[in-house]
Amino acid sequence: MDFRLTEDQQALKAGVRALLERRFDREALRAAVEAGGTLDRALWRELGVAGFFALRLPEQEGGVGLGLPEAVLLFEEAGRALLPGPLIATHLAAGEVPGAAEGKTVVTRPDGALVDWLDEADVVVDESVGAGGGRESVEAVRRRAEPVRSVDPLTPLHRLPVAGPGPVPADAILLAAAEQLGSAARTTETAVQHARERAQFGQPIGAFQAVKHLCAEMLVRTEVARAAVYAAAVTADPVEIAGAKLLADEAAVRCARDCLQVHGGMGFTWEADVHLHLKRAWVRAERWLPAAAAEEREAAALLGTPAEAA
Amino acid sequence: MDLAYSEEEEEFRAGLRKWLASVLPALPPRPDPRDWPARRAYDCGWQRGLYDAGYADVHWDASPTRRLIFLEESERAGAPYVGANFVGLLHAGPTIAAEGTKAQRERWLPPVLRGDEVWCQGFSEPDAGSDLASLRTRAVRDGDAYVVTGQKIWTSHAEVADWCELLVRTDASAPRHRGITWLAMPMDATGITVRPLRTLAGSTEFAEVFLDEVRVPVENRIGEENDGWRVTMVTLSFERGTAFVGEVVACRRVLAELARAARASGAWDDDVLRRRIGRLSAEFRALWRLTQWNVSEAEASGGVPGIGGSVFKLRYSHARQELYDTAAAVLGPDALDLGREWNLDRLSSLSYTIAAGTSQIQRNIVAERILGLPKGR
Ligand SMILES: Cc1cc2nc3c(=O)[nH]c(=O)nc-3n(C[C@H](O)[C@H](O)[C@H](O)COP(=O)(O)OP(=O)(O)OC[C@H]3O[C@@H](n4cnc5c(N)ncnc54)[C@H](O)[C@@H]3O)c2cc1C
Repeated sequence: MDFRLTEDQQALKAGVRALLERRFDREALRAAVEAGGTLDRALWRELGVAGFFALRLPEQEGGVGLGLPEAVLLFEEAGRALLPGPLIATHLAAGEVPGAAEGKTVVTRPDGALVDWLDEADVVVDESVGAGGGRESVEAVRRRAEPVRSVDPLTPLHRLPVAGPGPVPADAILLAAAEQLGSAARTTETAVQHARERAQFGQPIGAFQAVKHLCAEMLVRTEVARAAVYAAAVTADPVEIAGAKLLADEAAVRCARDCLQVHGGMGFTWEADVHLHLKRAWVRAERWLPAAAAEEREAAALLGTPAEAA
Repeated sequence: MDLAYSEEEEEFRAGLRKWLASVLPALPPRPDPRDWPARRAYDCGWQRGLYDAGYADVHWDASPTRRLIFLEESERAGAPYVGANFVGLLHAGPTIAAEGTKAQRERWLPPVLRGDEVWCQGFSEPDAGSDLASLRTRAVRDGDAYVVTGQKIWTSHAEVADWCELLVRTDASAPRHRGITWLAMPMDATGITVRPLRTLAGSTEFAEVFLDEVRVPVENRIGEENDGWRVTMVTLSFERGTAFVGEVVACRRVLAELARAARASGAWDDDVLRRRIGRLSAEFRALWRLTQWNVSEAEASGGVPGIGGSVFKLRYSHARQELYDTAAAVLGPDALDLGREWNLDRLSSLSYTIAAGTSQIQRNIVAERILGLPKGR
């Protein structure tokens, strides 16, 4: 047993981080916010070229041939960078929907009553429509969908009249958890950095125990979530994945909240990035197995009864 | 990210499992928790059995991974816990193994492994709790002995211990951390008075220890004179790093029992309660995974657990309290009956956020040593 990241995994993680820092820096992030729900197709294509979507496709099918642990590291970095777009749906569609693997096609999928990036999507995958991964034309879905004033400026949302709670694939849930983990780690770092730099009463605010303890709890939440998410990537066990999502949701939302608090008035501004992390964390927490459903899955497993398809 | 055990580790597990299954049925019944001499005899008897079977040194010599497997299997099989041997096996022993001379290791380690000698920890004092470095128990050199005078408090197992890992001040003029020395004090020495203290659970788990000119041979000093703080830090990292592995496994078992009890009583139909139990299941599995993470790091760093133990301890101590509060919610009015399962555990869980460094102190450690935030008062 060696739970730590292998050298290859560390290199992969560092590589994605470098790519995103280069190609999706803070300026690009703010531009995306102002662009209000339009997707940077050139970036999408670059992600495709970098293997973001084809990561788990076998090499003979043109993929990278890596597994769920590596995908988790990728999505952790995406969450950290607040990378926009229907990343999970497109990643899942690689090999199924033409062009998805290469980043030429933007794929979305509804989850419950909500669907993200509908106006930008080329394909909608909806397993609740028709048996065996039924597909409906984007136009048809757009006709019955109603736009939502999304809380998150980086996630355009539509509401569907008939909630189609199709089965959410376990790997989608885990990748959402990985994004939450990346966000939690980022807001923890941001809070700690601010606590070191901002001075009040003649000392860095990080020397005040009330602030220090908020930061300590942020790290604890993040590291517990990390252990859960990474282990779930190794076992791919659906119940373990549900538990990982639960803890990662909590870490992302609570760390963003605490980060906001540590920033004081600045934390309440549009200008600071904290709100972007919080709002995205709220969106991810509400989708791909929200807390109550994850708790029910865990509870059912304790009694050895099969989890309901939630 | 590899969670699979090696063939050798799996062999170790299989052998251990077989051995546990063969010896556990013949184990005498557990003693009355209030009968300390009987508890000592029971715990030492179990340790002796481990020694004879070749498992005694698993807490120190074996790789952290083997230790993990050992604690996991022991708990699964319902084997006794270290009990009165806690300090010897998990604090004093590892410290002597790491910091003692060859002669000291030969003197003190084998009797701990054989279950012949029991240790207690004399660190805390009435005026030195969280601020351990302010301890005042004084040791003055007199020929080949230190003459020790002062008072210790909260000393677990003091009543039945043969040895005490004692922190004393040997240089009152030096900066606080530089005037402390680590001594192995025989508990039968003249001048020691042990006065048991009753815990809120009604038992006498710990005691006050009064020291009046107790002579401790100089050869009982571990490490250099005035270097005791550094020696102590080794001990504390062991305490926070690996002491709770078996308990996490135990908590997961309790949780499954709790779920069954809730179903039997109808409490399971309460959505809030059922989901609370579900969340705890995620929580304890994650704590188990975090343990595996910490063990992997320890394995890579040569066996000494790092500060990741503080992250674990913070979360675990609160999770344990939440577990038994949830048990109380399942029990309803029966939570007030100490004769019922879990209720005494609920009481003892209250000590987890205090003993071995309070949660506030752990947060300071995490913030200052891991996150690098400035030290403050
Ligand atoms: C069951 C049990 C067994 C024990 N066994 C042993 C043993 O065998 N040997 C031994 O030596 N000791 C033992 N202890 C003692 C234990 O280590 C101390 O109780 C602990 O370190 C806290 O010290 P204190 O009790 O003096 O509390 P204090 O230090 O007085 O703390 C009181 C409160 O103040 C807070 N506080 C203190 N300093 C700070 C700070 N800097 N920042 C923020 N908050 C602060 C604490 O968190 C706590 O909430 C045991 C304790 C318990 C409960």
